[in-house]
Amino acid sequence: MSPPVAPPGWSRWLVPPAALSVHLSIGQAYAWSVFKPPLESALGLSGTQSALPFQLGIVMLGLSAAFGGTLVERNGPRWAMTVALICFSSGFLLSALGAATEQYWLIVLGYGFVGGIGLGIGYISPVSTLIKWFPDRPGMATGIAIMGFGGGALIASPWSAQMLESFGSDSSGIALAFLVHGLSYAVFMLLGVLLVRVPRTEKPVGDGPGAFDGPQVSARGAVRTPQFWCLWVVLCMNVTAGIGILEKAAPMITDFFANTSTPVSVSAAAGFVALLSAANMAGRIGWSSTSDLIGRKNIYRVYLGVGALMYGLIALAGDSSKPLFILCALVILSFYGGGFATIPAYLKDLFGTYQVGAIHGRLLTAWSTAGVLGPLIVNWIADRQEEAGKDGSSLYTLSMFIMIGLLAVGFVANELVRPVDPRHHVPAPASNEQKEKEVADVQRQQ
Amino acid sequence: MSSDSSSGPPDRRGLIAFAWVWVGVPLAYGVYELVQKATQLFTG
Repeated sequence: MSPPVAPPGWSRWLVPPAALSVHLSIGQAYAWSVFKPPLESALGLSGTQSALPFQLGIVMLGLSAAFGGTLVERNGPRWAMTVALICFSSGFLLSALGAATEQYWLIVLGYGFVGGIGLGIGYISPVSTLIKWFPDRPGMATGIAIMGFGGGALIASPWSAQMLESFGSDSSGIALAFLVHGLSYAVFMLLGVLLVRVPRTEKPVGDGPGAFDGPQVSARGAVRTPQFWCLWVVLCMNVTAGIGILEKAAPMITDFFANTSTPVSVSAAAGFVALLSAANMAGRIGWSSTSDLIGRKNIYRVYLGVGALMYGLIALAGDSSKPLFILCALVILSFYGGGFATIPAYLKDLFGTYQVGAIHGRLLTAWSTAGVLGPLIVNWIADRQEEAGKDGSSLYTLSMFIMIGLLAVGFVANELVRPVDPRHHVPAPASNEQKEKEVADVQRQQ
Repeated sequence: MSSDSSSGPPDRRGLIAFAWVWVGVPLAYGVYELVQKATQLFTG
C-alpha cells in the first residue's frame, strides 16, 4: 500500500485533527479503570483479574509500536490508522461478545491483545507524517497529537461512566457499553483515515530517505547508536519520575497534610488528581512547542534539572505549604507530559525524518520499563516506611530522593547526546540542488 | 477567496473547520468534566 499523497493545495492544518482523531480515541486506555468495578461485580473477578485487559493492552502497545514501526513507515499513515481503527474497535466488539456471554477471556483477548495492537500502531501512526508536514515546528505538531492521548482519557472517563449508569452495570449493560464504544470510536477514527496525507515531496520509503534536509538514519541503524540509548534513558527516567507522583497522587497529598491543621479530604484529593491530568496535558502541547524555540536538548535540561529541583522542594518543604506542594507536583507532571511529546522531535533532530516513526516506536520500550519502575519504587518504599512505623510525608521522602537520583541520571544521559556519526547515515538519494527544490515545493504547498 | 476556481487549489477552509470541530468538541467536553473535578481541590 502506497502512502496517500496530498493533492495540490492540501492544507497541513488538516493533519493534526487527523492525528487527534486517532490519539483521542486510543487514549481511552487510561480510562479502563471505569470498567473495573462493574466487571468485578458482574463476572466475580478480583482487582488483579479486572486489570488484566489494561495491562495486556499496554504491553501490546509497547510491542506493536516497537515491532510494527517499520511497517508503519513502509505502508504510510493511512494504512497505520486503518489498522489502528480495525484493531481498537474490534477489540471492543470482541469484549462486548465476551461480556454478553460472560466469557472473560474474550475481553482480555479483545481489549488487551487485539485492542492493544491498535494502541501501539495508532500511537505512532501520525508521528512521522506530522514531522514531515511541520519541519519548522515538529515539537508543536507532535505535541498536539500526543496531547490527544492524554485527552482521550478525559473524554472516555466521564463518557464511559455515564454509559454504564444508563445501560446498567450487569454483564448485558457492560456488553452494550463496549459495543457502543467500538462503533463510536470506529466512526470517530475514520476522520483520521480519510484526512491523513503525506506531503507531495514524500518519496517512497523503499527508494531511500525522504526529501528533507539533515542526516537520515534508518530505524535499524538508529538502535546501534549511543544517541538512541541516551534518549532511551532520558525518556525512561523522565517518565519514571512523573509516574512516581501520578501513581500515588491521591494518597500522597492526603498523607503529606494528614498531621497538619488543614488535612486534605477525599474529594479534594480527587480534584488534585484531576489537576495533575490537566498539567500533564498542558505540558504535552506547551513544553513541546517551547522546544521548537529553545531546542530539544535545552528543554530536556529543564525537564530533568528543574524536575529534580521540584522533587527536592517537595521532599524538604512540601508538607509546610500546600500551595508549594501542589505547584511542584503540577510542574513535575507538566514535564512528564512534555517529555513524552518532545521525544519525536528530538529523534527527528538526530535521525532525520526517514524512519522517525519506527525509531519512536522502538524508543517507547522506555515507557513500558518506566511504567513498571515508577510505581514499583514509590509503592515498595512507602510500604517499607509504613512497616518501619513512619507516617505522613516521611513515607515518601526516600522515594523523592531516589527520583532526584533518576532525574540526575537522565540529565547526564541528555548531556551525552551528540550528533550521530555520519557512518550511520543512509546515503541521500538526491543532490542538494534537488533537495532544495523539493523543500521549496513543500513550502509552496503550505 | 478567489472567484476563479480553476486558477488555484480548492478552498479547504470548511473542511479544516469541520475537522477541528470534530476533534475539538469531544476534547472540550473532557476538559469541562476535568475542570469540574479539579475545582474539588479548592472546594472539597
